[in-house]
Amino acid sequence: MIKIWFKSGSPWIWLNAAAVSICLIMVVGVLGLVALRGAGHFWASPIVQFSYQDDDGQVKDIIGEHVDTTITSALMAKSSGYKLADNEDVLIQYLIKTGNRDLTDADFRWIQERRVKSQAMPADMIVVERREWGNFYGQLTGVKEGNTVIASGESAWEMLQARLKITLALHEQITHLEKIEIGAINYGFEQLRLKQHRLELKNQWNAQTAKEFTDKKSTYDIDYKKYQAQLAELYQKIRRDSLVATTEDGTELVIPLLKVVEVTQPNKMGVFTKIGHYFKKLGEFLSEDPREANMEGGIFPAIFGTIMMVIMMSIIVTPFGVIAAVYLREYAKQGFTTRLIRIAVNNLAGVPSIVYGVFGLGFFVYILGGNIDKLFFPEASPAPVFGTPGLLWASITLALLTLPVVIVSTEEGLARVPKAIREGSLALGATKIETLWRTVLPMASPAMMTGLILAVARAAGEVAPLMLVGVVKLAPTLPLDGNYPFLHLDRKFMHLGFHIYDVGFQSPNVEAARSLVYGTSLLLVLVIIGLNLAAILIRNHLREKYRALEG
Amino acid sequence: MLVPEFRSHSFDASSILRSSHKHDDPVESCIKVENLNLFYGKKQALHDINIEMPKKKVTAFIGPSGCGKSTLLRCINRMNDLVDNVTIDGKILLHDDNIYDKSVNVAALRRRVGMVFQKPNPFPKSIFENVTYGLRIQGINDKRILEETVEASLRGAALWDEVKDRLNDNALGLSGGQQQRLVIARAIAIAPEVLLLDEPASALDPISTLKIEELINELKEKYTIVIVTHNMQQAARVSDYTAFMYMGELIEMGSTTQLFTKPTKKQTEDYITGRYG
Repeated sequence: MIKIWFKSGSPWIWLNAAAVSICLIMVVGVLGLVALRGAGHFWASPIVQFSYQDDDGQVKDIIGEHVDTTITSALMAKSSGYKLADNEDVLIQYLIKTGNRDLTDADFRWIQERRVKSQAMPADMIVVERREWGNFYGQLTGVKEGNTVIASGESAWEMLQARLKITLALHEQITHLEKIEIGAINYGFEQLRLKQHRLELKNQWNAQTAKEFTDKKSTYDIDYKKYQAQLAELYQKIRRDSLVATTEDGTELVIPLLKVVEVTQPNKMGVFTKIGHYFKKLGEFLSEDPREANMEGGIFPAIFGTIMMVIMMSIIVTPFGVIAAVYLREYAKQGFTTRLIRIAVNNLAGVPSIVYGVFGLGFFVYILGGNIDKLFFPEASPAPVFGTPGLLWASITLALLTLPVVIVSTEEGLARVPKAIREGSLALGATKIETLWRTVLPMASPAMMTGLILAVARAAGEVAPLMLVGVVKLAPTLPLDGNYPFLHLDRKFMHLGFHIYDVGFQSPNVEAARSLVYGTSLLLVLVIIGLNLAAILIRNHLREKYRALEG
Repeated sequence: MLVPEFRSHSFDASSILRSSHKHDDPVESCIKVENLNLFYGKKQALHDINIEMPKKKVTAFIGPSGCGKSTLLRCINRMNDLVDNVTIDGKILLHDDNIYDKSVNVAALRRRVGMVFQKPNPFPKSIFENVTYGLRIQGINDKRILEETVEASLRGAALWDEVKDRLNDNALGLSGGQQQRLVIARAIAIAPEVLLLDEPASALDPISTLKIEELINELKEKYTIVIVTHNMQQAARVSDYTAFMYMGELIEMGSTTQLFTKPTKKQTEDYITGRYG
């Protein structure tokens, strides 16, 4: 019976199906977990007020967001020092985000469920998202202008929202002035200094150039003073208002509105308000700079850096890989040497990526970059320009890392172009190079795109080598901005993969990092999917266009 | 009429041409193969071939599979150069110029000697671009010239009426027979002197085959045609002269009527009567 079953081949089919199902379940599982955990990060959770009995028997109020619940068996709980009654089988603990780090030193707290006397969700609880010290949880008591209270009690909330709107607008103006306008002046000053130094090195620095430079500097100075005056005025305005709030134990705290990003009353929000709030937060996350050692704010520079680096890598690796593959397949005499080269190329794909990082640092950054600095940027010395990790070297290192996949798939594509097509072209009087350019390469282009897709997928997820050749925790400026020459290949950049590592494993605040790590992971996956999808669409278009002869 | 004694290695084809021709006007030869030997590595595939192909006539090569007829055909536009490990000695004269001379530009030669392959091999481009491919290679991009050539070539290949409304469609959307005629149009667009047809109808259905055969009859007005075919009826229908090859050797060559009705060699007779092959 069993024998017949084996002979019928069904066990084999079942085995195949099982393998595919396991793959699918794993992929869906990982994506589902990341999506579920990550997507919840921006949801406005309700603020719960717990009446909690402390170790010394006093009952106190604790307010905060209920983040997590753990259930520990009594045996384990006892062994780790909890005193449980005999009739208790399990210890249930809640993780509460209590915020107010400036007052209590920690913004997360574990509490035991059995000691919670009562729970409530007072509607007037506010969450203040601050630029410093994390969230504040408490109750609003008033709004101040300078030192005078202008609203309190019921009217405080509306006054607060109105004043906050003004303050946020001011804050935006200040950021614009500081980052864009004054940033451009600083960049101009730095360029002038370098130019002066260059002229001095060449012995071309004379009274005339000195006068030109002083003139330029003075125009910059005038602009700078003008912006400084504007800034001072703005700062005076923005410092005017503040809010007054009390914590659960009655401590009164004055928070300047300058430090406030948003104030919400999540317990009053309906589902639709929460959805609206969710997308607003998501938008901020995608478009803003990080704050508080990357723990808060957005991750726009990391998204930008990742995409920028992948695009640069694609621009470098595609022509390089394609040319190498064309030589190997079309021109080189097939034999021992080409076999050896192919083996070497395939083995390159198996080299651990950190090795590429070390190579990139040693060869590209120090040797190539160092010499470029010596030859072309002597004025910047001792500060390095290209002799330090940066976007260019990171892109080249990753291009080297992904070169094998591009070569291999391009070669396969070239091999798949039917001989009949080549002969057809040659028979019409085309030379080999004409045949290659007009017919063979276009027909192999879908395969090149396949190579590029694989390269992008690998490069976008790679972190280890980047830590050595250009990624930093926090880059003050983007590699692309409004200052000539616009694309700054020498700058360091931020990367989503490294951001995950940094936030998740290098930050002091583990609980706060958790959902952020999931959120960032989800985003990294989405960015990779997006980049791949773009490449796949292009490939399918090319495939349709250069549909090879069948059979 | 005297049929010369068959000598395997120094077969004088021209005498047969002259002697077997029905009218007495002299037949001008276009391609002349002299003492051609071809080796794939160490294996000899063609043995001392001597043959002449007359101008503006259809010459057919027949013979069993692997007899070297395609190899010989591909020698005429040096397609065998593409194969690794091939050595060729002997001469092929195209109007008295040896095409295996070192000074010959192979691309230019192939412009004079066009070729159509067994399986239709249009490029994955539009019909228009397929026909103009050879011209564009020569740097001709004048739209008016291209359009005129496309029309003339497609008419020449009896395809114009079927495709004139969809010149910008992908050529791969055509039927097999249409594709083969497109490939012929592509070959005649660059105005070659000789057309080599390597079993051009073997991958086609009977109706398409008939069309191709009619086309060959029209094309011989302008071009010298050499055709390789498996199909003896086809050779009888379309060709003026037929050469029978066997095991890399040219056994017999003569006018088609003579070869099919009064073969001088026993091997030829056995083959055309279907006793082996």
